[in-house]
Amino acid sequence: MIHYVMIFVQTFVAVALAPALVGFIRWMKARLQGRRGAAPWQPYLELWKLLGKEAVVSHTASWLFHVSPFVVFGTSVVVASLVPLVAAPADPLIIGDLFAVVYLLLLGTFFLALAGLDTGSPFGGMGASREMTVVALTEPTVAMSIVALALSAGSTNFGQIIDRTIAEPSMALGPGHLLAFAALFIVTLAETGRLPVDNPATHLELTMIHEAMVLEYSGPYLALLEWGAALKLLVFLALAANLFIPWGIAVTLSPLALAIGLVSFIAKLAILAIAVAVLETRVAKLRLFRVPELLSASFVLALIAVMSTFLAR
Amino acid sequence: MLLFSKIWKAGIATEVLQVGDPAAVEIGRALEQRIKKLLGRALAIREVDAGSCNGCELEINGLTSPIYDMERFGMHFVASPRHADLLLVTGPVTRNMEIPLRRTYEAMPAPKFVVAVGDCAKTCGVFKGSYAVVGPVDRIIPVDVSIAGCPPEPSDILRGILEAVDRSAEKRGQSITVAAGPVPSR
Amino acid sequence: MNTAGAALVLMAGGYAAGACLAVLAPSQRAARFFTAVGATVGCVGGLIAAAIVLASGQPVEASFPNLVAAAGGMVIGLDRLGALFLALVAAVGFLAAVYGVSYTAEYENRSSLRLFGLMFNGFLLGMSLVTCAANIFTFLFAWELMAVTSYFLVITDSEDADTRQAGLWYAAMTHFGLVLLLPMFLLMAPAAGATTFADLRAWTPTLPTATRDAVFVLAFFAFGSKAGMVPLHVWLPRAHPAAPSHVSALMSGVMIKLGIYGLVRVMFDLMSGGPAWWGGLLLAVGCVSALLGVLYALMEHDLKRLLAYHSVENIGIILIGLGAGSILHGAGLRALATIGVAGALFHTLNHACFKGLLFLGAGSVVQQTHTRNMEEMGGLIKTMPQTALCFLVGSAAIAALPPLNGFASEWLIFQSLLAGPYIPRLEIAVGFPIAVGMLALTSGLAAACFVKAFGISFLAMPRSDHAAHARECHWSMRAMMMVLAGGCVVLGLAAPIVIRGLSRVIDSVPLWAGEALPPSPRLWLMVPNGSAQVSPLLMAVLLTAIGLIALLAIQVRGLRIRPTDTWGCGRISQTPRMEYTASAFAEPLRRVFAELYRPTEDLSISVHPESRYFIQSITYTSHVVPWLEKAFYDPVTRGAQALATQVRRMQAGSVHLYLLYVVAALLVALASAWWFR
Repeated sequence: MIHYVMIFVQTFVAVALAPALVGFIRWMKARLQGRRGAAPWQPYLELWKLLGKEAVVSHTASWLFHVSPFVVFGTSVVVASLVPLVAAPADPLIIGDLFAVVYLLLLGTFFLALAGLDTGSPFGGMGASREMTVVALTEPTVAMSIVALALSAGSTNFGQIIDRTIAEPSMALGPGHLLAFAALFIVTLAETGRLPVDNPATHLELTMIHEAMVLEYSGPYLALLEWGAALKLLVFLALAANLFIPWGIAVTLSPLALAIGLVSFIAKLAILAIAVAVLETRVAKLRLFRVPELLSASFVLALIAVMSTFLAR
Repeated sequence: MLLFSKIWKAGIATEVLQVGDPAAVEIGRALEQRIKKLLGRALAIREVDAGSCNGCELEINGLTSPIYDMERFGMHFVASPRHADLLLVTGPVTRNMEIPLRRTYEAMPAPKFVVAVGDCAKTCGVFKGSYAVVGPVDRIIPVDVSIAGCPPEPSDILRGILEAVDRSAEKRGQSITVAAGPVPSR
Repeated sequence: MNTAGAALVLMAGGYAAGACLAVLAPSQRAARFFTAVGATVGCVGGLIAAAIVLASGQPVEASFPNLVAAAGGMVIGLDRLGALFLALVAAVGFLAAVYGVSYTAEYENRSSLRLFGLMFNGFLLGMSLVTCAANIFTFLFAWELMAVTSYFLVITDSEDADTRQAGLWYAAMTHFGLVLLLPMFLLMAPAAGATTFADLRAWTPTLPTATRDAVFVLAFFAFGSKAGMVPLHVWLPRAHPAAPSHVSALMSGVMIKLGIYGLVRVMFDLMSGGPAWWGGLLLAVGCVSALLGVLYALMEHDLKRLLAYHSVENIGIILIGLGAGSILHGAGLRALATIGVAGALFHTLNHACFKGLLFLGAGSVVQQTHTRNMEEMGGLIKTMPQTALCFLVGSAAIAALPPLNGFASEWLIFQSLLAGPYIPRLEIAVGFPIAVGMLALTSGLAAACFVKAFGISFLAMPRSDHAAHARECHWSMRAMMMVLAGGCVVLGLAAPIVIRGLSRVIDSVPLWAGEALPPSPRLWLMVPNGSAQVSPLLMAVLLTAIGLIALLAIQVRGLRIRPTDTWGCGRISQTPRMEYTASAFAEPLRRVFAELYRPTEDLSISVHPESRYFIQSITYTSHVVPWLEKAFYDPVTRGAQALATQVRRMQAGSVHLYLLYVVAALLVALASAWWFR
């Protein structure tokens, strides 16, 4: 029973923290650009405002346009409930492993791309086309990173991977782990639409990937999509943090362990968020047809990670 | 690494917002209180150039610079009118931009308001009477705030927007503007 | 005769009756109905027989030694493995037959529906017989019956030259398979009198290794060409678009699975498995088929050719599962091997379900818009809402999105591939992670391809007049599609229950017997050592719950919707020409994989006669030719034609020369008879 409550609370914490994560990255980037910037809780104010606006829907759109924001938001929340955040998941209640997470996110992207095509706007079509290209090319890297992790842990269940890494700390510094972490970090940037793959703050439609698909959305639908995107970023960063650097995560359900788990979770997220912000300040966006080169590089990293884990057994 | 050492040395460049010329800002229609409350702290702006000479655009560009930094007031520019609450219009409305301007306004979800920036947007400015010009912005779409100047100061533009949503006097009693005076040197 | 046997008689009788009634029908319209009546009765019989055998595990056996006694007579034996495939034939056949009643209306003026009805019922009979054949002659007879009848079905629209060409390719490739099947069975049979599968099963362990390998290679290529694996897949993208859509659904959903059935039957049942390289070949060819299939599907904008290439991809996935299962079994990891094989068999079921659905949907779309070209469709989600919904379910299922059935079977295959590191031999184990990467790339590309297929065909505004005036198809066609769509959802949500049933089928094969999957909790798909689990049902429940909560929250806050025009940067109007096209959608991927596609591009610009600065029109053509056909099949066909031209010289037309041939042949025959006396 306590496990159910734990999962619910964890999901709630994730959903609540996601806009703050995005706001923190924006605040960090602003400071690095020499400006004061908006407060880290600005995205909450934006979401509240969006919920109060009307939704403008195109004549050419169909029911798919109305359903997609809910699918995107829903899949992001379900994925947040599957991923270990504050506490490592307990066995009997796991409804999904790493593959389930990957495919649930693919479900969200599928519907978002269809919604981009639905309005008949060429921007939406272009965004859908580019997004599906990037997602298709990140799939093998994600799968290979999963294989690298699962090889050493013997399973794709999050709980077992975390337990294995905690039990053998030296493995965390092995080449397999480090390379898989690097590959997963590049995939995070690609899937969540951050530089150098996609600029989340661009206004030029020809440079957009994710933004182009949401150009037609407004009001509460846009709020759901933005929240879903923020949750996706939180989930990816949490995966990178908790699977590769799991110390601090609560393995028991005592209040002290949970408190430490929460604090370490926020600390790890903050460090990764600073890394993302620093990287976004340092690099420029890649030309679209150079992105596959970056993704193949991440695939090669993941492949080497798998091979080294294989040969180390 | 050179980049980060420069960032460290430069620090935060944002200045406190100046009062500037109060006459530049003219509030034509006051917004409803509930709209001010909704849009007050998180404002999304879409900018439309309805045939301007780009002088006003350069000043509006300055709004996102570290000196004026409009993001600290919760405002940011967006890529699509569907995401926007405020329409910032510059330029005398030329014939070719009349329909796009109207469509941009219609594409925005309610509640929304319009700020006309520059003399051209207010009265067609130097282009008044030209064969290519239809009329000032309030001939095409309803305008809530006008900011005069050719081009207006970025601080005037900022203040105009803030006054429209009633944020020129901060809730905590602290004013975010200071009286006009010499700009403190860095 | 027990119930199952009676059901089989009903099945055969139904098909035979359908064929005869169709031929004797008074009108084209009547032929359509009689075809369906006979086919549905036969399918019901087949379903009953298959269900009884699947549930009870008692095989149905019957032999007719007097029918064609010289070839060994006909022997019928339906065991659990065959019953699974028979159920597939019957289920999809039933739906296709009912669908065909209204669908074939448009062929009334072009083709003989009496012949069509005869061939349709013959096709179903042939496929059903393949699954319950238990001796060599019956199997080969059924195989050839299936091939010949399907050839006539493919060229139903024989006025079109492309269709006739497709029929030619199909006939050539399927008989190539038959030519390989004959020596394979010859090698496996102990003696002329003992040709039943039981005899073969007993004899094959005594064969020398070289013979067993030869049998495997022959079986692999023969059944592989029927299944449509690379490089023997070239008939698929030609034949499936040419045939009427419900025939395409049957061919793609069921007939190519019979290639898988043959492979499983020969490799795992009759030959009782083999060395690791057998499984390795399956795995490698499966990976290549999956990847190449989806890559070529991406470049297609003919809706049915796209679906045909996806069949190649899914056969590749099934082969990956079978190969992984075979290797793991050989390495002693029997529980994990069962996961792989269960995943492969489940994917067979699932593919029949969603590919059948997609082809039926494509059929109704093609019927209404009179074109197969996606670039001329659009806006159909508003004019054909139920077809669109069914097609969307099919697209999501084939893209392996949870909680539908494609996800469950691919999850199982992934889990079996993750067992790679437990294999002691490193050179084999290394292939497994690479297979994981390739399978993941395939499913990502499949999702991209179906966003394109569904998005361009159904969404936004109609791109042609026909698409604008399309209406929803007949209710019988829609009902069949809804059944299949419901099947996709149910198979996905109830995946653990289906897997339990499949493990009993796997248990019936002697090679895999005794390693049934441990009973897993009803809601979870689990890997045997408990290392991973997923619950599609719970995921679906959670997803729906969160969606409803979000909807409720937004309604409470107040949702106002205002319809307006699409935002286009303020342009005056929106026309369909401004929408994204299918070629444009696939263009980034075409650039990424340009080395594989080697697209030919042609740009021609015509200028105004008065001044070359005024351009009148720009025509851009880009063509992707599968290099496999250019590199391999073109030389082969050219060589065959050259050889045939040479041989034609022997037909000089002179009677004297022919008499000389006769005398020479007689002399050779007498000499060899004297030599070998």
